[in-house]
Amino acid sequence: MTGRTLYDKLFDAHVVRTESDGASLLYIDRHLVHEVTSPQAFEGLKLAGRQPWRKSSMVAMPDHNTPTTPGFTVITDAVSRTQVETLDSNAAEHGLTYFRIGDMRRGIVHVVGPEQGATLPGMTVVCGDSHTSTHGAFAALAFGIGTSEVEHVMATQCLPQKKSKSMLVRCDGRLATGVTAKDLVLAIIGKIGTAGGTGYAIEFGGDAVRALSMEGRMSMCNMAIEAGARAGMVAYDAVTEAYVQGRPFSPRAEQWDAATKHWRTLVSDVDAKFDHTVVINASELIPQITWGTSPEMVVDVNGRVPDPDREKDSTKREGIARALAYMGLTPNTPMNEIKIDKVFIGSCTNSRIEDLRAAADVVKGRRRADNVKLAMVVPGSGLVKAQAEREGLDKIFTAAGFEWREPGCSMCLAMNDDRLEPGERCASTSNRNFEGRQGAGGRTHLVSPAMAAAAGIAGHFVDVRRLG
Amino acid sequence: MERFTVHTGLVAPLDRANVDTDAIIPKQFLKSIKRSGYGPNCFDEWRYLDVGQPGADNSKRPLNSQFILNEPRYAGASVLLARQNFGCGSSREHAPWALLQNGYRAIIAPSYGDIFHSNSLNNGLLVIRLPEAQVDQLFHDCAAFPGFQLVIDLELQQVRATDARYAFDFEIAAGKRERMLNGWDDIGLTLKHSAEIAAFESKHLAAQPWLA
Ligand code: SF4
Repeated sequence: MTGRTLYDKLFDAHVVRTESDGASLLYIDRHLVHEVTSPQAFEGLKLAGRQPWRKSSMVAMPDHNTPTTPGFTVITDAVSRTQVETLDSNAAEHGLTYFRIGDMRRGIVHVVGPEQGATLPGMTVVCGDSHTSTHGAFAALAFGIGTSEVEHVMATQCLPQKKSKSMLVRCDGRLATGVTAKDLVLAIIGKIGTAGGTGYAIEFGGDAVRALSMEGRMSMCNMAIEAGARAGMVAYDAVTEAYVQGRPFSPRAEQWDAATKHWRTLVSDVDAKFDHTVVINASELIPQITWGTSPEMVVDVNGRVPDPDREKDSTKREGIARALAYMGLTPNTPMNEIKIDKVFIGSCTNSRIEDLRAAADVVKGRRRADNVKLAMVVPGSGLVKAQAEREGLDKIFTAAGFEWREPGCSMCLAMNDDRLEPGERCASTSNRNFEGRQGAGGRTHLVSPAMAAAAGIAGHFVDVRRLG
Repeated sequence: MERFTVHTGLVAPLDRANVDTDAIIPKQFLKSIKRSGYGPNCFDEWRYLDVGQPGADNSKRPLNSQFILNEPRYAGASVLLARQNFGCGSSREHAPWALLQNGYRAIIAPSYGDIFHSNSLNNGLLVIRLPEAQVDQLFHDCAAFPGFQLVIDLELQQVRATDARYAFDFEIAAGKRERMLNGWDDIGLTLKHSAEIAAFESKHLAAQPWLA
C-alpha cells in the first residue's frame, strides 16, 4: 500500500458517507462564525424551522465591521451596527460561544481560533471566509465556505465535498535574516499563479517551513487561497504541539496525552504520492512586493515594475497594462523608488504578536516619513494587543508616529472607516491587492510586516535589510 | 433554488482574467443582512462612475460608458462569458447573488475560483467550464454577431449556438447536476442521512473527546 498524504488522512477520517458520483459527506469539527457571512444562514435556518446540529462546534465573533478607534464602544455606521447586533442576537438565541465587542478575546476570527485552541490538529475547520485556510497550519483540514454552506454546516454538521487533488510545495533551504514567511508565500504565488492551486489542497513542507513558527506557518496557509487552493496545510510537529498546549480549548491531562498520540500521526507518509510537487529554494529568496492588482503580480524588492511591451502573450500584456494604469505606475520604475501614502500593519495574514514584534523592531527609535499620512497598526485580537502592550510595542509604534488601534479586520477590506482614498498608495501586510479592496481607487502593495514598517520610515519601499 | 434545465439567452462578454469577487460585489454591500437587492451593484466599481453606497438610488448614478456590460447591445443578457479564474478571492456568496439578481443564469469561463464555483451551483447559477479555445470562439462570435445568443442545456450538458452550428459538451458533478435540474434543497438531502451522521459523530467524538 502506498503512503497517504496529510490531506488524505484528514479527509478520510471525516467521511460520513460517499455518494455514487464520488462526492463525500464530510463531518465538520469546528465552525467559526462572523457577522458578514452568517446572518442569511441563521435566517435560512429559522425559516426552515431547523436548529444548529452541534452548537458546541460553533465559535462566533464580529471582526469585519468593527471600528478600530482606540476605546470605541459603539459602532456609528448604522448598517454595520445592525449586522453586528444581528450576530449578537443569533449567538444569544442559540447559546453559542461568543466573543462580543468589549471582550478581550475578540479579534479576527482566524487569529482568535488558534489563539483559543478552538483550532486543533486533526480537525476539519470551516468558516464563511476564504482565509479559513489559515487554520491548516495546525495540520487541520480548513477551508472557506459560502453562506449556503454555512447554513448547511449549522443544520447538518456536514458538507458534501469532493476530494481535491494534492500538491506539495516543498521549500528547501532556510530563509535569510529579514526574509519572512510572507515573502516565501508571495514568491510561491508569483511562481504558480493565482490559479495554480485551483482544485488542489496544498501542503507546505520542506526545511524552510519546518523552521517557521506557528505564526509564520499561519501566514503561509492564510494565503493558500490566493494561490487558488481552498486549503493549505502544514504537518504536525513539536512546534505545533508547543503552540497548542495550555490554550483554553485545548485538551488537558490524559486527554492531552491521547490527543498528542493521535496528532503525531498527522504528517504525510514518506512514500505518499502528491498529484503535483513544486520546489522552491528558500535560501535564495529576498523580500517580495506586489506591484499589481493580483497577488501573483509580485517582484523582488530590488526589482522593477514590469514592462507590458516585453510580454508576448496578449491577454497577459493587457492584464499588466490594466494593472499598471490602476496602480498609477510607470514600467521599469525601480520598486524601491515608489513612494507610499499609508501603511497598514494588520489582517489575518500578519497581525499576530510575532508580526508586531518584527515591525516594532524596524520602527524603534525612528520616525514615520513626512509623506506618509497614516501608518496604522491593528492587532489581530484583544489578547495580541494586550501582549504587545505588556512588551511595550505600542509605545514604540506611537513614538514613531504609527497609530495603535483596536483589533479587527480594518483596512484589510475597509468595511469599517479605515480605508484608502482614491489614488492613495499603501504598504499593506494583508493578503489581497485587488482593485478597490482597501477602498475604491486605493492602491495596495502587499509586503511583510518588517517591509511595511520600513516603507513607513523611509516614505518609499526599501529593502528592510538595508535600512541600517 | 430555482430549477435549471434548458436556458436560451443573450450573451455578454467580460474579457478579463482573474475577475475577483471584490469586483463582482464590493464590500460595502456586504453589510446587508438580506439575501436580495444586490443586482444593481453587480460590478459596481466598473459599472458606475461614482462610488456606490448601500441604500443609494442606483438608477440616479452616472454609468461608466466605457464598461462593456453597459453597452445597450448587452442589456438583458443572461449568459456571461468570462476568462480564466473568474470569481477568485473572497468567499462572499453575495457574488453569485449579485450575478443572479442582475439577470445572469449561466457563466462560461475556462476556470473559476473554487469557493465561488460551489457557491454558484448552490444558488442555481450554472457555472460552466469550457476549454480556452472554445471560450475564444464564443468571445469572437459574441463580438461579431449583435444579439448573439446561446442555448445552455443542463440536461444534455451542452452549450449550443442557437443555429446549431456548434455544440460544446461540458462536465458537471452528477450530484450537483441532479440538484440543479430538480431545484432540490441541499440541506434536506443531507438530512436524509441524519442517522448516519449521528452514528459517525458519536464514534468520532468518543474516540477524540477533546473535539466535543
Ligand atoms: S483580515 Fe482581511 S482577509 Fe482576514 S478575515 Fe478579515 S477581511 Fe478577511
